[in-house]
Amino acid sequence: MIVSVASGKGGTGKTSVAVNMALSIGNVQLLDCDVEEPNAYLLLHPEIKRVEPVYIIVPVVSEKLCDHCGKCAEFCQYNAIFVSSEKVLIFPELCHSCGGCSLVCHKKAINEEKHRIGTLKRGSSGDLEIVYGELEIGEPMAVPVIKEVKRRIESSKNVILDSPPGTSCPVIETVRGSDFCVLVTEPTPFGLHDLKIMVQVLEDMRMPFGVVINRVGIGDKKVYEYCKDKGVPILLEIPFQRRIAELYSRGIPFSLEMREWKEKFQTLFNEVRELVGKRGN
Amino acid sequence: MSGKGGTGKTTITASFAVLAENAVVADCDVDAPDLHMLLHPSIIKTQEFSGSKLAVIDKTKCIECGLCREKCRFDAITENFEVEPLACEGCGVCPMICPVNAITLIERISGHVYTSKTEYGYMAHALLSSGESNSGKLVTLVRQDAKILAEEKHSDLILIDGSPGIGCPVIASVTGVDAGLVVTEPTISGIHDLERVLQLLDHFNVTPFVCVNMYDINMDNTEKIESFCRENSVEVVGRIPFNSKVTEAMVNGKTIIEYSPKSAVAKEIEVIWEKIFILMSGKQSFK
Repeated sequence: MIVSVASGKGGTGKTSVAVNMALSIGNVQLLDCDVEEPNAYLLLHPEIKRVEPVYIIVPVVSEKLCDHCGKCAEFCQYNAIFVSSEKVLIFPELCHSCGGCSLVCHKKAINEEKHRIGTLKRGSSGDLEIVYGELEIGEPMAVPVIKEVKRRIESSKNVILDSPPGTSCPVIETVRGSDFCVLVTEPTPFGLHDLKIMVQVLEDMRMPFGVVINRVGIGDKKVYEYCKDKGVPILLEIPFQRRIAELYSRGIPFSLEMREWKEKFQTLFNEVRELVGKRGN
Repeated sequence: MSGKGGTGKTTITASFAVLAENAVVADCDVDAPDLHMLLHPSIIKTQEFSGSKLAVIDKTKCIECGLCREKCRFDAITENFEVEPLACEGCGVCPMICPVNAITLIERISGHVYTSKTEYGYMAHALLSSGESNSGKLVTLVRQDAKILAEEKHSDLILIDGSPGIGCPVIASVTGVDAGLVVTEPTISGIHDLERVLQLLDHFNVTPFVCVNMYDINMDNTEKIESFCRENSVEVVGRIPFNSKVTEAMVNGKTIIEYSPKSAVAKEIEVIWEKIFILMSGKQSFK
C-alpha cells in the first residue's frame, strides 16, 4: 500500500505525521518527496548507504552542423533555446527534457547530454528504509527529482510518501499513484483555506483521502464543520502541546518519547488500510 | 520567504503591508495563497492565465500507430490513446510526430491573476487552478502586475509574500529583488531549510535578512541560528516571541498589528520593519 502525506499549507506537520506513522508500523519504506526542503531524515538520522546524482537530459548543439534555422527555438514551449544568426544558447534550467528540439532539427545538430539537478540518498534507520532527494540550489524543477525518488518504491512494503507543501506540480507528482492521501491541516483559517484547495485537487484526481488535524486547541472550529459537511473522515487529532512542539524543534519524533502515540499512529495506519480496502471492494 | 512552510511569512508580510505607507503587495504563493484573508482585497481586475498547453487527440483521425506513446517522455498517453492531463507537459512532441495530424495543442487555463485594492494600498495576487502546473510563470505574472501597479500609483516599494521551498515559484519570486527576508523558526527543520534558502539568495545575489519567529520555543536553536548568521555575515533583524494572539488575529481576519498593536509580537515586527527600511535606504532606493 502506498500512502502519501500532503497538506496544501506548509508547516502543518506533514513530516511529523509521516515519520511518526513510519516509526509505529513495520515493514516500512519512507520516501521524502519534498526535494526542495527534505526534512524527514533530520528526525530519523538514517545511516546513508547510497548517494546517487539525479540528472535530466538537455540538448547540446553542435555549432559545426547547426545552420541557425531556428526551428528548435520555435518548437521549444519552454523558451529553453535561443538561436541568433551566430549563436545558439541553451538554458538547461528551463528545459523539460521532452526531446522535441532534436526531433525537429533537420541537420541532426542536436544531441542530448546529462545535466545534474539533484541528489538521491538512500539509507536506513533501524529496520525503516528511507529514500530522499535533494534539489540543487538554483535549479527550479523539483518534479524530475521526485520521479527519481518514486522510482525506488518497493510496493511490497508499507510505503509512506512525504509530500512538499503547496498544491501544484510537485505535490501532484508525489501523490499520483498513491492508494490514499492523508491531508494534515491545522484548525486555522489558513489551514482550512489551503486544505480546501488540496481537497479539490484530490477529488479531481479521484484519490481517496482523510484528514489529520494538528495543533488542536488553537484557532477555531471551522475545519471540523467543513469536514462534517463534506463527509471527509477525520483520522487523527494531535493537540497543541508545548512538549510536542519542543520535541519537534529538537528533531525528535514525539511518538518515541510519548509512547501512547505509537498506538495512535498504528490506529491511523490501520484506518487508512481499512478505507483503502473498502474502496477496493 | 522561508524555505520551510508555516514559519509565519504571510503574518509578517501582511503586517509590513499595514506598517508601510503606500506599498504594493504581491502574494506570490500562488498555489496556497493566504494573504487575502488578512488584507481583504476588493478585486478591480481579473485576468485569465494560461501557463501551459495540453495535447488533445482527435479520435476520428487517430490510427493508433503508437508513435506518440513511444516518443512521449512524460508517459502522458494511455494505451487507449488518451492524454493524461496531469502528466502532459504540453511540449508539442506528439503533434509534431503524428503522421495523420490527429493531435493538437490547446492552451489550458491554469489560473487567474487579480489586481486589487486593500485598505492599505494595492495588491496583486493569483490562484492556480486545481491540478495545474507552471506556478513559476504565474508568479512572474503577479510580479509584473505588481510592478505596473507600483508605477501607476507612484509607489516605490513592493512587498512579496513568497512560497515555501527553493524551486521554480520561489526562484521566480526572488530574482531581481533588492532584499529577501527569511522567516525561520528555531527547529531542526527550520535551521536546515534556512541554510538552503540563504544559499539560494546568495546564488541570485539578493541581500538576505533573517528573523526568528517563535524564538522562545527553543532558545538553544535560536542562538544557533543567530550565530550561524553572524558567521555568514547575514543580518538578523529580530526575534519574534510565540503568542497565541497571532492565531486569534488570523481567526478574526486581521493582522497582529491591527488586532493587538501593543503585543510583544506586533512591537517586534515594527522594529524589524524599521530596521530593514533603514538598512535598505542606506543602500539604494527600493525598486
